[in-house]
Amino acid sequence: MKALDRKLLRDFRRLWAQAAAIALVLACGVAILMTSFGMYGALEDTRDAYYDRNRFADVFADANRVPDSVLTDIRAIPGVRQAEARVIDHVILDVPGQPRTVTARVISLPEASAPVLNVPLLRSGRMPDPAATDEIAVNHPFAVANGLRPGARLRANLGGQRRDLTVTGTVLSPEFIYTIGPGALMPDNETFGILWMPARMADAAFDMDGAFDNVTLRLDPHATLADVIDRVDRLLAPYGGLGAYGRDSQVSHSFVDAEIDQLRTTALILPPIFFGITAFLVGMVIGRIIALERSEIGLLKAIGYSDVEICVHYLMLAGLIALLGTGLGWAVGTWLSQALARLYAQFFDFPYLIYRVSYDAYAISAVLALLSAALGAARSALHAARMPPAVAMAPPAPPRFKRRALDRLLSRLRLSQPVMMILRALMRWPVRAAMTTLGLSLAVAILVASSFFSDALDRLIDNAFTQSNRQDAILLFTPDIPETALSAVAALPGVLRAEGQMFQAAVLRHGHLEKDVPIEARRPGTDLSRIIDGSGRVLDAPPGGILLSERLAMHLAARPGDVIEVEFLGDRGETHRVHVAGLVQQYLGLGAYMDLATLTRLKRQAPRITVANLLIDDAHLPELHAVLKQTPELGGLIMLTEMRRSFQDTIRQNVTIMTTVYITIAVLITFGVAYNGARIQLSERARELASLRILGFTRAEVSFVLMGETLLLAVLAQPLGWALGGLIAKALARGSTSDLYTVPLVLEPSGFARASLVVLAASLISSLVVRRRLDRLDLIAVMKTRE
Amino acid sequence: MSPPAAIFRTEGLTKVYDTGALKVHALAGVDITLYAGELSVLLGPSGSGKSTLLNILGGLDHATSGRVWFRDTELTQLGDRGLTLYRRDHVGFVFQFYNLVASLTARENVQLVTDVARDPMRPEEALEQVGLSQRMDHFPAEMSGGEQQRVAIARAIAKRPEVLLCDEPTGALDSQTGVQVLEALKSINDTLGTTTAVITHNAAIRGMAHRVIWFRDGRIDRVACNATRIAPSEISW
Repeated sequence: MKALDRKLLRDFRRLWAQAAAIALVLACGVAILMTSFGMYGALEDTRDAYYDRNRFADVFADANRVPDSVLTDIRAIPGVRQAEARVIDHVILDVPGQPRTVTARVISLPEASAPVLNVPLLRSGRMPDPAATDEIAVNHPFAVANGLRPGARLRANLGGQRRDLTVTGTVLSPEFIYTIGPGALMPDNETFGILWMPARMADAAFDMDGAFDNVTLRLDPHATLADVIDRVDRLLAPYGGLGAYGRDSQVSHSFVDAEIDQLRTTALILPPIFFGITAFLVGMVIGRIIALERSEIGLLKAIGYSDVEICVHYLMLAGLIALLGTGLGWAVGTWLSQALARLYAQFFDFPYLIYRVSYDAYAISAVLALLSAALGAARSALHAARMPPAVAMAPPAPPRFKRRALDRLLSRLRLSQPVMMILRALMRWPVRAAMTTLGLSLAVAILVASSFFSDALDRLIDNAFTQSNRQDAILLFTPDIPETALSAVAALPGVLRAEGQMFQAAVLRHGHLEKDVPIEARRPGTDLSRIIDGSGRVLDAPPGGILLSERLAMHLAARPGDVIEVEFLGDRGETHRVHVAGLVQQYLGLGAYMDLATLTRLKRQAPRITVANLLIDDAHLPELHAVLKQTPELGGLIMLTEMRRSFQDTIRQNVTIMTTVYITIAVLITFGVAYNGARIQLSERARELASLRILGFTRAEVSFVLMGETLLLAVLAQPLGWALGGLIAKALARGSTSDLYTVPLVLEPSGFARASLVVLAASLISSLVVRRRLDRLDLIAVMKTRE
Repeated sequence: MSPPAAIFRTEGLTKVYDTGALKVHALAGVDITLYAGELSVLLGPSGSGKSTLLNILGGLDHATSGRVWFRDTELTQLGDRGLTLYRRDHVGFVFQFYNLVASLTARENVQLVTDVARDPMRPEEALEQVGLSQRMDHFPAEMSGGEQQRVAIARAIAKRPEVLLCDEPTGALDSQTGVQVLEALKSINDTLGTTTAVITHNAAIRGMAHRVIWFRDGRIDRVACNATRIAPSEISW
């Protein structure tokens, strides 16, 4: 080994604590980049492969009852490569051993052949016999959650008849990578399932002989999606078409897509922060080493080492730090990827998971780590290389402290000399002080942003679950039922109160803008499901008008007082002009609200409802489930109490994990910045501080000078960190807001306080660690050292 | 007998340090020739230009004006790269404060040079020449000042340089260890015939030189040849 390389390794070993502090920060960046980038790629690859192999459709459309002959017209639309008609309906199931009411979506399998689109993938058993009248396949996760194996039997209400069905196999489908029941917030495989049944059996059960109510299309690559959707809508309009939509509105797809997007955003936003801080820290440490080794550099030059060799020598020191960080990051990233893969396996139902992190992710993260370290070291290394040898051999000129206006101000303040030393050092190296402050403020900002997320979720959950939706359960009816049937619902066992609500599929239009949304209609003064605006006020939709959520109004460019067109989808495709009565700030969904009487009047029919909201006496819950399992009109059941609990549990769990991760990250950043800052000060000031000790200053007084600067910068970093955190939170809120939900910008004082506390404590501990070195300072040796 | 070959020759060598308000003439027109195998001692007060001359001769610094030749090569025409190669192949340096790399042992400090030189001796051989074969694996912090300076000399001669430039090699040493260092220098000059220039404040050393050159205010004040040289062991301060 060359002597210069040996020096490199020994220098690295001597610097291990500082190198480790930097490597940890870098490791964060590498691990996050690897995990998010690797998972992003893996998830996208898996999804694309699955979609491709199992021919996931491009367009989906639902209607009431469409004659089979229309399918030929749909197939004739330019750009349509394949089209498949199906019967889809909801049923109530009685699953053995499952006390709760289970709802399921039934999907018909084509009569003559295997499905050509959204091809189910068999996991166990066999597909149902096309001629059978009691055979079904179920989605695999539902089977697992309920212990259903091929051969198992369950009961279903099919078209008003209770039938015993045999499970012949379990399958997965690209349509249900994320399986979520109607109205649910999270997947619950125990109480919501998918059943595939032979077409003949489905036709008979739902009275759909010679007709279909769902069609899915696969398009040619050059087809225009919007065009096809328009044409499908026109063809289905006479049959109660509910509006065709592309993959982006398909529930499973949009959830997987959102996850992939989030991974991509994470991969783009977070790692650069860590790489930037690494570059700064490496720059600071290498810069100091080069200052200390000035005469050694001169010597190397005198011996005949070239500028390039010297530059490379110091870049390699940075490279070793990068290697350490990369190694740590790879280890953590690999572990994190596996943990994340397990988490995805829980939420997403892929038949095969390409959940191995690609070599690309390892390579890219390593290259970026090396680059950021090299970039950080570049300035100092180039400076070292460029220093003329004769200059390098001479001791550096002492820093030129000049009396400036600020100094005159300081001397008027009659500060003690140690305070003066701290302040002068800040003014002498303003860039370094500013960068240190910025580094620490980023740690504060990350914490502020992370607590923003949990506070925003709390606000959102509170608004959605305890203010707006106060019912214990929701009964869904497909098709809708007369409002008068509500009295029968109220008479069900354990029901304390029942209120009706109508969800009407509609297209809202304003000028050239339009949006497909369900309109919620309810009676004024209903108490279980309420419209709550951002400031907590309870609102009722005024008779004759429509209330729009702010986000929906933005989509339509509509303001209160504007008149918009409302086209009801379904049975009678009538269009009405309705004035916008007001806007509501809403967190969940794109709400549009009408008075039930108004809606009924426009539809020229007796009041009907699609939903019954219930207040339930828990003691009678088993009896209620027993009755509901035998109610054929019931399309679905959402137990809000359970959903709230499991949702909040999941959120709390996620928030705890997230908070732990972010606190760790912030502590690592703080440690990296504060520890290195203090070490460098100690190295630069060892003589000064030793002189103070010799002059009779106590250890505490001397450490005040050392720790004072670090802690002063940490304090200065707080307001900047709060502001940066607020900005990040704002960006996150904006970035996370979609048509599914609006994330409110909630910044609680407790969030700021916690962020400051963590960072100040970490700064204090970092400088205390350095202080221990100060206590061990050998006064005589330091004074003898040649500067 | 033919006259000894000139190793260094300068013509009107000038070096001006410009510190903004003040222009300092470190060298104000120096003409000098150093000959092969010669041991010369450069004397003069601080700031008289000795070190500046040595730095320029050693290719560590550029002259402001004037010319310098090393044999037939005009150093003042070389760029940084040329000077680096010149230093690497021809010059050995010894400094007042030894300038050893603290994290390398004696042997490794010498190896720094042998790693890049064209035809070096083994580090062990160089250390033997300065009488340090027993201390090869010690770190600088474990050695006395005299030992450290001898490591620096071993490092300087390991490349078999044609010239050895020493800037106050005994400046940080007491008389006894200083003499050891001077003996090492003399022995190298005698046995290897390395042209050696020694800067010193210490007039006592001049007796061991072939030639003594006095500096004053950036100029050569006078030059004297020693008819008889004394051994380093006869020197003390």
